[in-house]
Amino acid sequence: MTFLIQQTVIYAVPLMLVALAGVFAERSGIVNLALEGIMIIGAFTGVLFINIMQNGGAFTKDNAMTLMLITMLVCALAGILFSLLLSFASVNLQANQTISGTALNLLAPAIVLFLINLIANQNVLSMAEGDASTWFMIRKKALGFDTGKDYGFFLETFFFKNYPADYICILIFVLLSIILYKTRFGLRLRACGENPHAADSLGINVRKMRYLGTGISGALASTGGFVFALTTANASSTGDVAGFGFLALAVMIFGNWKPLNIAAASLLFGVFKCIAAAYSTLDLNGDGNFLLAQAGISTNFYRMLPYLITLLVLAFTSKNSRAPKAAGFPYDKGKR
Amino acid sequence: MNKRNFPSPLLKNDGWKSALPALISICAGLFTGCMIILAVAVSDSEISIKSGFEAVKLILFGTFAKGRDASGDLVFSLSESNAGNLLFRATPVIMTGLSVAFAFKSGLFNIGAAGQYLLGTSATLITALSLPVSIPRWLVWLLAFVAGMTAGALWGVIPGILKAYLNINEVLSCIMTNWIAANIVTWIFEDSPLRNAGQSGKIGYIKPTSMAGVSTAKLGLDRIFPDSQVNGGILVAILFAVAVYILLSKTVPGFEIRICGSNRDAARYAGISEKRLTVFSMAFSGALAAGGAALYYLSGETEFFWSTYQSLPKEGFNGIPVALLASNNPIAVIFTGCFMSSLSVAGQQIKNLTSYNEFITDIVIAVIVYLSAFSFFISRLIASKNRKEVR
Repeated sequence: MTFLIQQTVIYAVPLMLVALAGVFAERSGIVNLALEGIMIIGAFTGVLFINIMQNGGAFTKDNAMTLMLITMLVCALAGILFSLLLSFASVNLQANQTISGTALNLLAPAIVLFLINLIANQNVLSMAEGDASTWFMIRKKALGFDTGKDYGFFLETFFFKNYPADYICILIFVLLSIILYKTRFGLRLRACGENPHAADSLGINVRKMRYLGTGISGALASTGGFVFALTTANASSTGDVAGFGFLALAVMIFGNWKPLNIAAASLLFGVFKCIAAAYSTLDLNGDGNFLLAQAGISTNFYRMLPYLITLLVLAFTSKNSRAPKAAGFPYDKGKR
Repeated sequence: MNKRNFPSPLLKNDGWKSALPALISICAGLFTGCMIILAVAVSDSEISIKSGFEAVKLILFGTFAKGRDASGDLVFSLSESNAGNLLFRATPVIMTGLSVAFAFKSGLFNIGAAGQYLLGTSATLITALSLPVSIPRWLVWLLAFVAGMTAGALWGVIPGILKAYLNINEVLSCIMTNWIAANIVTWIFEDSPLRNAGQSGKIGYIKPTSMAGVSTAKLGLDRIFPDSQVNGGILVAILFAVAVYILLSKTVPGFEIRICGSNRDAARYAGISEKRLTVFSMAFSGALAAGGAALYYLSGETEFFWSTYQSLPKEGFNGIPVALLASNNPIAVIFTGCFMSSLSVAGQQIKNLTSYNEFITDIVIAVIVYLSAFSFFISRLIASKNRKEVR
């Protein structure tokens, strides 16, 4: 059970954060299909930064947490820069947002693989030394606890063998959700996604709001991408997140563009993603039997499960979903 | 009188007007690629400026590269075999380009061409390799081709129905069906006897169809382009382009599809059953993409790497820039398809001949797609510049 929960968390948290990234963009009126690409950029930036810092010798395992925090900031910055391409195209040039988003999804893996191949002479970039779990996980030994002792369900599940990065993400998620719904800025941002003309007539700078919305979206998606790579891929970057950005978009739609629903939806998807990734070592009831692996169902089925579930969930919920009204349409002052 | 009626002679031509943004996108994309190469050459101490310039040469003329001569300089030559191979590689991309362009015309974004391509591949290979030997080979070829297209059509129907009846964004459902297809194909071939176990090191691949005696007829193209892989497939692709053009611009269903594409509500108001058309468009689009796969793998010698669950075929996504550059004109797709395949040849040459890698051409393609997204803006810019000139 502990294993199941921990595995679910490491999939659900990046999903949640990236889905919120989608919300920020769409609430400001821009459909951000580039989430996948931004995640790829984030994962690469993070891994590269850690790699360089390790090579520089500035950080050791003792201050790895500082390194992680700085890396998350760097990733956010990279995400903002990359998302500028999207906001420039869709705000200033009134471009088709679907196509420019797709372009960024093509651009991100191309740039990342081009650079990884130049740097590492292969298609994977990993940490310079050690691995993600020894550096960035909360471990009993490092904190002076007895490794053999059981400290109770709560500590064992939600503290040891957890990545602090996930908790920081949850914190960011809560904070930004509050900003979106309880502050003046949030209200204005949402107004730009619902009725930009009305917002404009009240003196809100629609362009600026859309730049901000997409920028925040880029920062979140990029950070999410890094955390995803850190916790599920042993801090390595391959120019691919296997459609995770699109899963996040589906979570956003399923969650009806609302943070609480999104948090719940990402937990659901996290469970399926976790089953897909770890079904063969998943001990559901703790009797030492791996039920799912013994059920005789092909690996391939488990692997396609998250995508299949996404389609089904979308099919059942899309009738009731309500997207921000102006999302996807370029803002044209003269049009009403 | 309105001054707009007298634009400069070059821009008066409608063909030029729609081709110009595409040309600008291509040039800007290539320029970006070259700049990145040179920037890397300047900043990376291991790569000399000379090798940077060589890569630039290859990105522009890589299709004609012949390798290096004794003194280590790059050799370029215009040969028939290069041109033939280019056409061969262009065949699937033209088909996926047609697929995406057709979907665009009906107002849909078919980003699922990759999945349709994969399922088309498997249906084609299974049919071609498992039908009994007693059936004439040309019939097997035909059946395999039809089977591939049918599989693609069925796979395209899924996002079509989801879009038409449940209003699910087709981009999302296409991405999901892509990954589902990738896993299904791996599943199909995982323990299949069609894997090439006979030759050592080839178990990861499916047997080429020539092992069953099925391969596309050369139709005399091997005499025009000697020593190349080109076959009748390219002619089939061109035929499809013409057929799609006629369907879209000369027939009633095509007209309805285009109305659907420009305004869904107006289409419904005019009594067009827009839901049925959406499903049909996605099915036809899927069939075209899968047809590309069928033509590529029925050539006889191409081998299919069946463990696809981690990566989707590039041909599927390259259909998007092909369609965008052609402004969704089926005839223009033939040429943009050739351009796109020449870029991928250039990418391979860069990988083989310099210390750079093939992903630089992916960057070029992505930049081109990015610029195509605001081609409307570029053409408006041209129009306004044109107006100023008249004054």
